[in-house]
Amino acid sequence: MAAGVAAWLPFARAAAIGWMPVANLPMPVAPTDKNKCQDELIVLNVSGRRFQTWRNTLDRYPDTLLGSSEKEFFFNEETREYFFDRDPDVFRSILNFYRTGKLHYPRYECITAYDEELAFFGIIPEIISDCCYEEYKDRKRENAERLMDDLEDSKDSKLPNMTFRETMWRAFENPHTSTMALVFYYVTGFFIAISVITNVVETVPCGSTPNQRDIPCGERYTVAFFCMDTACVMIFTVEYLMRLFAAPSRYRFMRSVMSIIDVVAILPYYIGLVMTNNEDVSGAFVTLRVFRVFRIFKFSRHSQGLRILGYTLKSCASELGFLLFSLTMAIIIFATVMFYAEKGSASSKFTSIPASFWYTIVTMTTLGYGDMVPKTIAGKIFGSICSLSGVLVIALPVPVIVSNFSRIYHQNQRADKRKAQKVQKARLARMRISKTGSSNAFLHSKRNGMLNQALELTQLPYRMKISDQSSTGEKRHLNKTTSIIESQHHHLLHCLEKTTNHEFVDEQLFEQSYLESGLQTFPSRSPSLSSREGITGTCCSRRAKKSSPPPNATHTHTLTHPHKHNLQELSAIHIQCGEQQTLNTSRSSLNMMQDESASLNCKSSSQVTTAIISIPTPPTNNSPCSPETPTNPPSNSSAGVVKVSAL
Amino acid sequence: MQVMELLAVAVVILLFFMILKQFGLWEPLSLDDSSDGGLELYVVRHQPEGLEELQSQTQFSRKELQSLYRGFKNECPSGLVDEETFKSIYSQFFPQGDASTYAHFLFKAFDTNRSGSIRFEDFVIWLSVLLRGSVTEKLRWAFNLYDINKDGLITREEMMAIMKSIYDLMGRYTSPSLREDVSREHVDRFFQKMDRNGDGVVTMEEFIEACQKDEEIMSSMQLFDNVI
Repeated sequence: MAAGVAAWLPFARAAAIGWMPVANLPMPVAPTDKNKCQDELIVLNVSGRRFQTWRNTLDRYPDTLLGSSEKEFFFNEETREYFFDRDPDVFRSILNFYRTGKLHYPRYECITAYDEELAFFGIIPEIISDCCYEEYKDRKRENAERLMDDLEDSKDSKLPNMTFRETMWRAFENPHTSTMALVFYYVTGFFIAISVITNVVETVPCGSTPNQRDIPCGERYTVAFFCMDTACVMIFTVEYLMRLFAAPSRYRFMRSVMSIIDVVAILPYYIGLVMTNNEDVSGAFVTLRVFRVFRIFKFSRHSQGLRILGYTLKSCASELGFLLFSLTMAIIIFATVMFYAEKGSASSKFTSIPASFWYTIVTMTTLGYGDMVPKTIAGKIFGSICSLSGVLVIALPVPVIVSNFSRIYHQNQRADKRKAQKVQKARLARMRISKTGSSNAFLHSKRNGMLNQALELTQLPYRMKISDQSSTGEKRHLNKTTSIIESQHHHLLHCLEKTTNHEFVDEQLFEQSYLESGLQTFPSRSPSLSSREGITGTCCSRRAKKSSPPPNATHTHTLTHPHKHNLQELSAIHIQCGEQQTLNTSRSSLNMMQDESASLNCKSSSQVTTAIISIPTPPTNNSPCSPETPTNPPSNSSAGVVKVSAL
Repeated sequence: MQVMELLAVAVVILLFFMILKQFGLWEPLSLDDSSDGGLELYVVRHQPEGLEELQSQTQFSRKELQSLYRGFKNECPSGLVDEETFKSIYSQFFPQGDASTYAHFLFKAFDTNRSGSIRFEDFVIWLSVLLRGSVTEKLRWAFNLYDINKDGLITREEMMAIMKSIYDLMGRYTSPSLREDVSREHVDRFFQKMDRNGDGVVTMEEFIEACQKDEEIMSSMQLFDNVI
């Protein structure tokens, strides 16, 4: 429940009077607000800068430092103010959190300083509101990665006890680790270059012999080129085999892109060796040589920029796909139009629609070779429209690709898309948690019998007041963590339950019981049934003493165990922000957290000690509560009735 | 081909007109709403009457009014609550259910002058009635709430609607789970108790009389007296 809405709670409770005339059962007693002293201003002195606020404002979040009695430790008797020796600038955001219910992260703050302040004041960072949350997470991630980079650099020093195979793999992956690796790196690079140049020079026409036309160098100096090729291929083969040997997971290595490039680069040579003499396949053999040009891709191991380019193209696959699709559409449209426009003119080159494809592509990409030109007026008009639209269609997705490249280049190859998906999922999870948080709080407080506790609850002891009667330390501890607003809200929900004669139930329990009981609705039986199997232990013995364990407890169920255990695992230091269902973001459930840690050995959900449980079917509107009391723990209900009339 | 040439010329003319429109030289059939500009929003603000008048109209003390207004203003800075805001505020108290229908009925009950928004004065006057008023006044207010069309009679249909909206507040996850006809049964019980002469409608007198006879209801009316 948002803090600001707490101001409307009196209004909602007053509106509950509308339920009274139609209620089935008597209403539970309202929690009293013993400490009805007027709201006062308190002064918070943070390193000399004084902040003032109402006491109620701070009480909205009782599980933080400022909202609980923990701030009493900082109270300065002489000056009658609370002194904190912390950063006043960050304190501004923290105080605004109490005032408005939203925690903002100021961009100019250092992320670690901000985190420390939040930790000190007991506020968990998950509460940061949506407007600032992305920024906060980004900065945090950057920081973590920077730390990790530093860690990796320091880790790069020689680790002892690495096998020969591991050393070799490390040498291959990071050439800077040893001199041998560096030498190997440069040698392979050199040979890649040689191989590529050889392939290129092979086809250049060398000087002509007197009797023939120019022949390419490859045919003139066959032996020399063949030796070069062999040498390069041998080096590449050796390198590939060594990498294969050193790879930690050979299967994964063989599937990686680089190794496929390696294989494709050297295979033509071996295939060529095998089938030299067959004339028929020599044509195919010649074509195979084309694949030798793939050796140039081996350079990508040596160049970071090439890898980034490849990754960019891969990550822009959707934009490229869109570009291709829109171009195809436009080409077909314009080719058709041009064909029909030029059909009339004689000696037109636009012989068919596919023939016009070439014209359209050349025009749209603004190449304009001029081998096909429209001659009719209509053709010229449509041709100009074609070229104008081509500029637009191609120009639109290009900036996206460019910006992608620059972003990736600057961020150095992080998997951004995966990150975006995770953030979105986490955000949805957070919103869902905050919604279920407040309803869960009510259910938990029901289980803990907090509703009847409301009778004895005093207001938050501002001055560490010892409650006189029946004050055990733990009880006081419990009192501390339930704010009056919480108890009033729960009382409101309890009234609704009484009005409709149905009870709120946890989602999991509902599903479970729905599955089990099918369509069977015997409300008179089910509570007692569940009580039989559900009584696994009472929570705090004090409560059990006060209310003899009611025979018809509601849905205490072993299913809630894992849920509660999760709550239990959260330490009192709220920094430990787990992932999903730790109910971190809801304040009322933060309240519950403190409860769990307070009631230390609370193993299971206790019974609901609310006196008047659903006696379902007999309509007992008119009769007062007397027929029901015998079945109920008498102490609570009678105590309740007495208190009401005393009011 | 002749046809293609005609087509080409037509396309050229069309493009020509499009360019003209860009320059704003020619508006064919433009409706004159765009010229005014779309920025029509004006923020309604309302300042409440002074503290003294409110003190005289309600039964709250000065300090109580002050703290009430602070909370009110925090949530509704403009000083007015419209129905959507009211629904959203009310829904926050009932996270498991759907509070919109009941909030709608409440809003209609509070917004006496049908202005569509609740001012702070209305808010505080109703609160005074509900929290500090006599039981009869509260019963009157409850009757007003149930009487949706404000004709002085509660019919079965009105009561069904109200009951359904109350059960909507519970949501889905209840124990025992909500059956289809549970609200009808509840309405039947209500009419059985309230409708003296059995004519199928409940008038104000019948309602107040029946409630005054029921001690449970009378005592629960006093439940919220100490809220502020």
